[in-house]
Amino acid sequence: MDLLFARLQMGLSLAFHIIFAVVGMAMPVMMVSAEVAWIHTGRAEYVDLAKRWARGTAILFAVGAVSGTVLSFELGLLWPTFMAFAGPIIGMPFSLEGFAFFLEAIFLGLYLYGWQKLRPRAHVFAGIMVSIGGAFSGAFVVTANAWMNTPTGFRFIGGRLFVDPFAAMFNPAAAAQVIHMLLAAYAAVGVGVAGIHARLLVRHPLNAFHRRAFAIALVIGMPAALLQPLSGDWAGHVVARTQTAKLAALEGQFATERYAPLRIGGIPDVAARTTRYAVEVPGGLSFLAYDDPAALITGLNDIPRDSWPPVAAVHLAFQVMVAIGFWLALLALWAAVLWRRGRLFHSSLFLKAIALSAVLGFVAVEAGWMVTELGRQPWIIQGVMRTSDAVTPMPGLRFPFIVFTFIYIGLGAVVIALIRRTVRETVPRGAIR
Amino acid sequence: MIESVPLLSVVLVLSLTAYALLGGADFGGGLWDLLATGRTAERQRATIAHAIGPVWEANHVWLIVAIVIVFTGFPRAFAVVMTYLHVPLLLVLIGIVLRGSAFVFRAYGPDDRRHERVWSRVFAIASIATPLFLGVVVGGVTEGRLPVSADGSFAALFIRPWLTPFCAAVGAFALALFGYLAAVYLTLEAQDAEEQAAFRLRALATGGAVFVLAATVLLLAVRDVRVALVASAWAIPLHVATGASALAAFAFLWLEHYRLARMAAAAQVALIVWGWALAQYPYAIRPQLTLTGAASPANVQTLLLQVLGVGAVVLAPSLLYLFGMFGPRGDRTPVG
Repeated sequence: MDLLFARLQMGLSLAFHIIFAVVGMAMPVMMVSAEVAWIHTGRAEYVDLAKRWARGTAILFAVGAVSGTVLSFELGLLWPTFMAFAGPIIGMPFSLEGFAFFLEAIFLGLYLYGWQKLRPRAHVFAGIMVSIGGAFSGAFVVTANAWMNTPTGFRFIGGRLFVDPFAAMFNPAAAAQVIHMLLAAYAAVGVGVAGIHARLLVRHPLNAFHRRAFAIALVIGMPAALLQPLSGDWAGHVVARTQTAKLAALEGQFATERYAPLRIGGIPDVAARTTRYAVEVPGGLSFLAYDDPAALITGLNDIPRDSWPPVAAVHLAFQVMVAIGFWLALLALWAAVLWRRGRLFHSSLFLKAIALSAVLGFVAVEAGWMVTELGRQPWIIQGVMRTSDAVTPMPGLRFPFIVFTFIYIGLGAVVIALIRRTVRETVPRGAIR
Repeated sequence: MIESVPLLSVVLVLSLTAYALLGGADFGGGLWDLLATGRTAERQRATIAHAIGPVWEANHVWLIVAIVIVFTGFPRAFAVVMTYLHVPLLLVLIGIVLRGSAFVFRAYGPDDRRHERVWSRVFAIASIATPLFLGVVVGGVTEGRLPVSADGSFAALFIRPWLTPFCAAVGAFALALFGYLAAVYLTLEAQDAEEQAAFRLRALATGGAVFVLAATVLLLAVRDVRVALVASAWAIPLHVATGASALAAFAFLWLEHYRLARMAAAAQVALIVWGWALAQYPYAIRPQLTLTGAASPANVQTLLLQVLGVGAVVLAPSLLYLFGMFGPRGDRTPVG
């Protein structure tokens, strides 16, 4: 029971933090882009935009910083056995993350409070440092997570632990996962912000402020959305090579077979060991995983039952993530076509599509984390340590879970209210022409 | 070759010192937000918010640095602390979350009195609770009651190791120390003489409280800890130095030489942290686990030291730039 609540608390904390982490990576890029555009064009809308985005960043970054602190403690509070073992092995990416986070915090302070004090160049520099710090701190944390999926860089010789921190940091899943997460951050936040401004553009089509905001958000988000399916394909190849059970769960693949089909949709029935109602593309999975439709895919039937991840949840989360990924890539193509025709702001269908898709990128990010975390179960370190062996002996873990649930619901509600208010203020009558 | 364990321990204590001097003072700011009274109360709150605004997030990162050093360099100690001090650490975390969130909600929220009052209160109470429980955690690591094995009742394993008069006294001491630091720093941030006088009075009062609580901590310490704190070879010179900086801080506050008072108070707090660290040495967790016993493989510690060294080269100028820009009475206007 306590294992369940430990996992729920960790899951809740991750799910909450990831939203703010993603915003902390991508939002500074947008605010500093707006500021650079202001310096180059002298248009007042751009500086107004940079300041308002900075204000949103300030709120979201602070909540991200404290919820990230919660996570770094929870690694030990909930999984002390895991940290006692893994701490030295993945300490390097975490210490590098510490510095990236430090730079982010320092330069965000300079950026937010330095509009008057810093010269324009120095101010832009501060914003760029925040953006770089955000990207690197995300990358380093994901590196550590990738190690849990593909643990390398340690050996036991005569009962003594030998660690190669570089081999651990550059583990097989690291590069693919880092790229996938960074692209996800820029795509989700780009589309999210574009969606907010698209909604306002539907009502005020000529508003210059929202047009510029919309354009910058698309410039940040759309290339990432377009590249994301490719990076997902890469990440999938890595999973196929390194995490047999995760791949089988992603696809609801029970039988071990050649010409394994790609399943679109469908509901895995674990008791009957089959996935029903899926649209199957013959040989599709074998081809995607190994570039060969005849490749042999190991199904769950050949994996011990006590080493299965929760198949239905992983499959469902994966379907959600992939579907949204393709939809956002499609939106990116649509945006490119409209932009070439010079009609980016004129298609109300496109504006509405973006507005309705605003939260989808975040849904995909959450689904993606469920895929990677649930898909690794029952292992906390794939093939090395089970989650149930890592949990703290402390009983009563339901109480901290309940407390954090209430705190996070409360904080989430306040953040949403404050962001809504910041957005509402951006409809100055004078700007509507 | 230099041993990595003592060197990494020194770096750990340095980051804890930085956290006490910078992050600690930010928590102290919350105490004075709650206790702002008199004609200058509103001005005091504004000054505190001004002083903390640009720097609190950077100051907070010192805690993260310390945590990372502990779990990378001394993983066994990390596991023990996180297991048996789970409850007070959880309360520290809740405090950290609410303090930071409430601060930005107040700063970037609507200009309406009710909203400000609510988040002001949350900010202040969380700022007070966090150092109290941080102190309890330090007390727990020092006092030597942490279980050696996970056999026993919930209370025996997870409550009694830290629910002691000694740990409570360390908690109160930490709060007083941070409040004292904050009040001394704020004398330099005050907007006018009247407000400055208010902070001076608070600094003098908490300075007295620090003295009384330090004596209480010593009195409540178990024999081993007391001996380590007062009777080892380094103890006398260190206590003399701590006492001298405390007296100097008092004198400078009295004479209204605030810059000198700030230096003396910071030296005093740093020396207190170092006094504790030396008394704790060679233990990570007294008396069951030494730093060497808790250490990760030597190559990991050496690499961690190198990473921290390279990082410091990037960090130091950035931090100096930040503090140079937003020193006392700096002009700072947040956006929006």
